[in-house]
Amino acid sequence: MSTATADHHGPARGLMRWVTTTNHKDIGSLYLLFALIMFLIGGAMAMVIRAELFQPGLQLVDPQFFNSMTTVHALLMIFGAVMPAFTGLANWLIPMQIGAPDMALPRLNNFSFWLLPFAFTMLLSTFFMNGGGPASGWTLYPPLSLQMDAGFPFMIFAIHLAGISSIMGSINVIVTILNMRAPGMTLMKMPLFVWTWLITAYLLIATMPVLAGAVTMLLTDKFAGTSFFSAAGGGDPVMYQHIFWFFGHPEVYILILPAFGIVSAILPTFARKPLFGYSSMVYATASIAFLSFIVWAHHMFTVGMPVVGELFFMYATMMIAVPTGVKVFNWISTMWRGSMTFETPMLFAVGFIIMFTIGGFSGLMLSIAPADFQYHDTYFVVAHFHYVLVTGAIYSIMAAVYYWLPKWTGHMYDERLGKLHFWISTISVNVLFFPQHFLGLAGMPRRIPDYSVQFADWNMISSLGGFVFGLSQLMFVWIIFKAIRGGRKATDQVWEGAQGLEWTLSSPPPYHSFNQPPTVR
Amino acid sequence: MTGHKTTFFKIALISVAMFGFGYLLVPLYDVFCEITGLNGKTGQIDATQATAVYQPDLTRTITVQFIANHNAAMPWEFAPAVNRLQVHPGKLYTTHYIAQNQTGNDMTAQAVPSVAPTAASRYFDKTECFCFSQQHLKAGARKQMPLQFVIDPKIPDRIQTVTLAYSLFDVTQPAN
Ligand code: HEM
Ligand SMILES: [Cu+2]
Repeated sequence: MSTATADHHGPARGLMRWVTTTNHKDIGSLYLLFALIMFLIGGAMAMVIRAELFQPGLQLVDPQFFNSMTTVHALLMIFGAVMPAFTGLANWLIPMQIGAPDMALPRLNNFSFWLLPFAFTMLLSTFFMNGGGPASGWTLYPPLSLQMDAGFPFMIFAIHLAGISSIMGSINVIVTILNMRAPGMTLMKMPLFVWTWLITAYLLIATMPVLAGAVTMLLTDKFAGTSFFSAAGGGDPVMYQHIFWFFGHPEVYILILPAFGIVSAILPTFARKPLFGYSSMVYATASIAFLSFIVWAHHMFTVGMPVVGELFFMYATMMIAVPTGVKVFNWISTMWRGSMTFETPMLFAVGFIIMFTIGGFSGLMLSIAPADFQYHDTYFVVAHFHYVLVTGAIYSIMAAVYYWLPKWTGHMYDERLGKLHFWISTISVNVLFFPQHFLGLAGMPRRIPDYSVQFADWNMISSLGGFVFGLSQLMFVWIIFKAIRGGRKATDQVWEGAQGLEWTLSSPPPYHSFNQPPTVR
Repeated sequence: MTGHKTTFFKIALISVAMFGFGYLLVPLYDVFCEITGLNGKTGQIDATQATAVYQPDLTRTITVQFIANHNAAMPWEFAPAVNRLQVHPGKLYTTHYIAQNQTGNDMTAQAVPSVAPTAASRYFDKTECFCFSQQHLKAGARKQMPLQFVIDPKIPDRIQTVTLAYSLFDVTQPAN
């Protein structure tokens, strides 16, 4: 074991500590910092989008640049912010929650992280090449995506690198969970965050390679004369959509399952009651993961499928709402008659439940195939996935940061500012995204820099909400910064109702978590 | 540590296999489209075989419409000789499309067919088609491109009109 020789040494000093580190906490912090930077850059792009859409007409940027903003905003947020943030949380928490000294494969861990800065520098560098950044939408449908100029291979390789990084990261998570649990920590005793990450990791190793295959086919179509997706050579562009969404739908669950784990950790703490229906939560997570592989064509209802296909994918999609509903009801039952308090992590968790459920409902509306012909590629879809991703995935990450920050840094964050951050964000995010439902139902298409005047009012309101939401995230950065620098000392347990192994360690925890395996009750 | 290694390789194998599966989806997709006739993929049979197998059904008449599309920047003139034919299922028909290369360069084109409604494509068999191979035209040249087809008499009764559309793609290799 690598830790046997590493008994009592602390971290190395200076900058090289971060480059060469194999410590799960250091790497966790690196991932979280990286995710935050990507969140801010991606957020700045969103501000460009909302500024252009503030009024009808073309005023600030040219349409090609606008389209590359929507494309790169999505790529950064999905692959650069949400996924690395979850991986960072996994690094910090999984060893502490299962009673292990570190991750199973520490050097691989270092490698997985350091691929990311290169991947995203490469992606962003395409903006300075001939023809600019990718502008085909994050789904990279051919033939449009093949029209990208000099930056095309750089974008594809960036996706390859990010994909390899998350596959490596997932393998590490699986090996750690399977092999390094403290004695007595049976699978069905694991905290739900560990469970959801185990299942997410399996989704990742099963689907990221399919994405890698799809973009490799794009690459060879452009440069090596293959015609996977070119009709003239006997291929078919619609096939790309099938392959992409075979990855793409499980991917959206990769972006939400760890969030389910986080919320399942936070609610019992602040409701001071154990989680309702632990094992049904585990089974629900597993069935969501399974179902996510057979619903991909709900993204393609309008490509011309036969009626049987439409019906199959419609019913399969609706079926996902059942295990998702099980989860939501379990959370509500956990809170039922609990003695609840509303510290910042709890506010974000409750906000998550309410607003994620709104996103789930709009998802159900979209899953109705005949209705989707109307909604597809409109702002209604944009509203749907921002409710599940911003007020879902991102809210859970913020909840997690507030919840575990005192454990990580040893300092309490500023509770007053945290609550303010929650309320400003929640009001503005709804002003930002709720009107987009109306815009979509009225027929405003997505990914368009200009629109007809009847959409003007709601767009202006949405943009105003967007600016406030964007700015209020600077508060988040400030609160974290303040807590790292200092603040009221946190106790080991931090929260009165907190349960689990990580709370038995000191705050901040020792550099190597459990050199002696803890006893699990 | 060896325990970790075996687990690592087992799981890494899954991702390598899934990379392969991504590519496997390509032939699977084609097989699936062929079996179901989705995607407007039409059948291809031999002319002698067609007359031997199918009994012409003179009691039914089906309208076949012909459409020509140009892909993106394809500069050729491209049109069907007739816009529609009234046909009996089981009988062999011949018609043609006309193409002219109006540019100053020799060019090569590939036509890609599509049949609507999708349900009809399984019953639409071609014995001869300019879409079976690439078509070359010298600068300024003009050509009649033949098409011979038969409709399977088993085609469902509710189908009274079949539309056959061709998209013409420029596949000229850039001269190096
Ligand atoms: C009850 C659960 C859900 C259902 C029934 C559902 C259904 C759908 C449907 C039918 C579409 C396609 C809409 C269209 O393009 O016309 C869609 C799009 C989308 N969904 Fe969901 N969804 C659900 C949950 C989620 C979750 C949990 C996430 C992510 C955390 C998510 C992320 C997305 C994204 C990103 C898109 C848009 C992809 C794109 O075209 O760019 N959905 N959803
Ligand atoms: Cu989906």
